[in-house]
Amino acid sequence: MWRDALLVAGKDLRIEARSKVAIGQVVPFALVVVLLFGLALGPAVGRGSVLSQAAPGLFWVAVLLATVLAVQRSFAIEALDGASDGLRLSGLDPAGIFVGKAAALGSQLLVLEVVLTGAVALLYDRHLAGGLLLAGSCVAATAGLVAVGTIYGVVSSGARQRETLLPLLFFPMVAPILLAATKSWDAALAGTPGRGIGWLDVLAVFAVAYLAMGTVAFGPLLEDA
Amino acid sequence: MVLAVRLREAVSLADRFPLLAGVTLDVAEGEVVHLRGPNGAGKSSLLRLCAGLAAVTSGTAVVLGHDLCVDRQSLRREVGLLGHSSFLYEDLSVERNVVFAVRAARADVAGVDAALDRLGLVGRLRTTLVGNLSAGQRRRAALAVVVARAARLWLLDEPHAGLDAEGRTLVDDLVRDASRRGTTVLLASHELDRAADLADRTVAVVGGRVVVGELPGERRGAATGAAAPAGPAGGVRAADAEGVGCDVA
Repeated sequence: MWRDALLVAGKDLRIEARSKVAIGQVVPFALVVVLLFGLALGPAVGRGSVLSQAAPGLFWVAVLLATVLAVQRSFAIEALDGASDGLRLSGLDPAGIFVGKAAALGSQLLVLEVVLTGAVALLYDRHLAGGLLLAGSCVAATAGLVAVGTIYGVVSSGARQRETLLPLLFFPMVAPILLAATKSWDAALAGTPGRGIGWLDVLAVFAVAYLAMGTVAFGPLLEDA
Repeated sequence: MVLAVRLREAVSLADRFPLLAGVTLDVAEGEVVHLRGPNGAGKSSLLRLCAGLAAVTSGTAVVLGHDLCVDRQSLRREVGLLGHSSFLYEDLSVERNVVFAVRAARADVAGVDAALDRLGLVGRLRTTLVGNLSAGQRRRAALAVVVARAARLWLLDEPHAGLDAEGRTLVDDLVRDASRRGTTVLLASHELDRAADLADRTVAVVGGRVVVGELPGERRGAATGAAAPAGPAGGVRAADAEGVGCDVA
């Protein structure tokens, strides 16, 4: 499985390196979302401002919206010229395909989160504290997001209304991740990382559960797509 | 004789629409079989079933010893399908596409260079993105995947379509070479003379079934459909030949 996962992740990242959709479209989209939140709720003056208080939630909402675009792109490349049939015909282990696609998505999202973290600190006037908890929350939340995104990406890829179906399926499933990641970030930025450890555990549990579910379910879902 | 393909009343459905309505067909290992029939007859669906892409709803289907009612996944590494689509990634180069497909099938990547050379995909064409290729060049790249994977069963759907004269001759040569190496080939084609010339026999597919009867393209004394080739007396392993059958209620 791991060999196949590496092969698929390498293929997806190579395609991204060529097409630059994540860098050229997904990251700018997320930055625009963060900027629009700033315009709607700003100005950010000091830690007591609405924008500063809401920064963790706004950050994760922007990440969620960007994740939908990244997942759609990840499965759009499989839809061109029968590539999804090619992927099934390849003989790759479906669990390996799932892990590989999720890993490629996750690495792109982690880069996005680094960029967005800087944008939030700058635009929302938040001092970045609790670095370890911030980073741990990003890794655990991203693992959960890409697992759910990859599961529902393949489910919606076979549908005619895939563009609208994916967000409808995806957002309700990741609501717990949004809540836990926001709480964890809130605790970290407030300088009380001890309050966020429990939420980090919740994120880890969701990540493991969704990754396990995807590893098992991806094969049948790919066959039906 | 060892059978590469053994289908008995194989039915395949897409939702409720019948793609195949009970196909019975034997193909011996190393045999080249031409599938002919009108548009929508089920030739492509038959090839997709033999590739493990289309599900068998009822009947029996054993391909290269894999019972498709039990497991379609393990068959896929051993077949090469040239379909209407190229199955290639537009944002990867020709060479990267072929290497990916070969590694996925756990075949030897040492054969990639030879396959690309054989298909005339040399020089800058190798590093050109598939999205920038012409239709004919895409077809050659898709064929390079089939050749480089060293598949035991080639499933070619209109292999001459979109190719120039040189390319069409090249396809003929590839099929003949593959046959000499013992590769089994099923090719669906409307180019009756060309395909019949390549094939050991021709079978007709009509209305999702293989039709038994004399055909203009029939050659070398072989009958069509389930009647040919000779039955399992030549040593088909029982488990391979029978299959469990898959009846979905």
